[in-house]
Amino acid sequence: MYEIKCDVAIIGAGPAGLSAAVAAKKEGAEEVLLIERDTSIGGILQQCIHPGFGLTYFKEELTGPEYAGRFGDEALALGTKVLLDSMVLEVVPEENAVYCVNAAYGMTKVCAKSIVLAMGCRERTRAAIQIPGSRPAGIYTAGAAQRLINRQNAMVGREVVILGSGDIGMIMARRMSLEGAHVKAVVEIMDFLAGLTRNKVQCLDDFGIPLKLAHTITRIVGSQRVEGVYVAAVDEHRKPIPETEEYIPCDTLLLSVGLIPENELTCKAAVKMSCITNGPEVNQYMQTSAPCVFACGNVVHVNDLVDNVTVESMRAGACAARYAKGELDHDSRVVNAVPGNHVRYLCPQYICCGGNEDVKLFFRVLAPDSAVTIIARCGDEVIAAKKVKRVSPGEMEHILVPIQKVTGDVTVEIKKEE
Amino acid sequence: MVKNIICTVCPMGCHITVEGEGSEIASISGFTCPRGEAYGRQEFAHPVRILTTTVRCEGGEQELLPVRSRQPIPKELLMDCMDVLRKTAVHTPVKRCDMVVENICGCGVDIVASGEA
Repeated sequence: MYEIKCDVAIIGAGPAGLSAAVAAKKEGAEEVLLIERDTSIGGILQQCIHPGFGLTYFKEELTGPEYAGRFGDEALALGTKVLLDSMVLEVVPEENAVYCVNAAYGMTKVCAKSIVLAMGCRERTRAAIQIPGSRPAGIYTAGAAQRLINRQNAMVGREVVILGSGDIGMIMARRMSLEGAHVKAVVEIMDFLAGLTRNKVQCLDDFGIPLKLAHTITRIVGSQRVEGVYVAAVDEHRKPIPETEEYIPCDTLLLSVGLIPENELTCKAAVKMSCITNGPEVNQYMQTSAPCVFACGNVVHVNDLVDNVTVESMRAGACAARYAKGELDHDSRVVNAVPGNHVRYLCPQYICCGGNEDVKLFFRVLAPDSAVTIIARCGDEVIAAKKVKRVSPGEMEHILVPIQKVTGDVTVEIKKEE
Repeated sequence: MVKNIICTVCPMGCHITVEGEGSEIASISGFTCPRGEAYGRQEFAHPVRILTTTVRCEGGEQELLPVRSRQPIPKELLMDCMDVLRKTAVHTPVKRCDMVVENICGCGVDIVASGEA
């Protein structure tokens, strides 16, 4: 079997993998190898041609290809090697090995001192939400439609209904409108927007596209091609109210109903998983339960901003480089980060005590709220607190925890101001 | 005339109320930062948006090249610009920031490549 040796092997050359590669090189890793299944680097950002990337990291508004291009150029300039058109089949932490297939080398074994998982996520499909009705052509996940339109020059439809108010769904509503399609409605089962407010304003309101909150699709109609969908309001238990059902004729249905971290490799490697994020559990070094395996980006937890992915992935890349050099030492005391009141999950899930770097805990809230205080405490002692004007499940929050004050499990909770 | 504007500068999404005629603003309220105020004023007097789309790309394997307006363009010209770009093609090689359409629809803004081919 063909063999490649390197210090840090990174699986996936999307925004997470590219940022990890840049940081690993800067931290002094000599051989850094990106393994990518596509024929070019950049990952999903290659099809995200819309602006809105880099507002926090670069303080300017970039498109997806521009954002990916900056990190791709930097990673290559620093001497990162790239193995394109290569599908990873297995990660074996005990062997420090990644097995992949590549058209030129066939079966290939990559031996790496440390491994970074940066596979990203994929979309939930119709099967995941079980919409009744027939199975005609014309039903796409929003990201699949985005790839067809933006990279493959194939228009997917003319009369469109979109289920789910996630960011990709709203962005595709604008994209389809600009390309001359008629987007009849964006239907969201929750009574709040799943994506960012700015996307509602610029993608729906600008084009006069109605947003139907607390509604869902009850049935898809059509034999060869989609002919229409039935839409109904839902009650407080999210069950459709039959008498509100209405028929919307359309030839295309786009689904923007959530993303799932892509973790087949992670599970096979027997790395410990979180049942809430569906990604590997990590400590603040983005290190998984297998010490030589690190993880970052949407494979760990689904992010709403690529800027956050970059920062997290740079930490993963730098720590993987330090591990490869035998320099990632930490205190053996490990405590849990525990979600408290109104917090769905925390990432990282573990904190290694000691060291001098404070720990940024990322989290999502359970429901929208305003005028709240985010509190991190160890037992009864409040070790960090900050006031925020508004929180929403669609927007990731964070709190910086001073590492010296971490003496036991850290709980993060949301407290309503009096 | 009164316009209710949801600010898109940051995730806060402040509801800004602007009152005035044409581009003359009599009063503005609801913003919570200076950038929000500037956005509210611009959005009332003359809404602008960054336009992103693709153009046909010849000479390589890639069929499409992603493009963007270098600066935001007047919102009412978005569809006119799309008509121009639908008929535009580029030839490889193209680098990021290369000019694709100069001064599109006479609005003073250029369309440039946002990807490479």
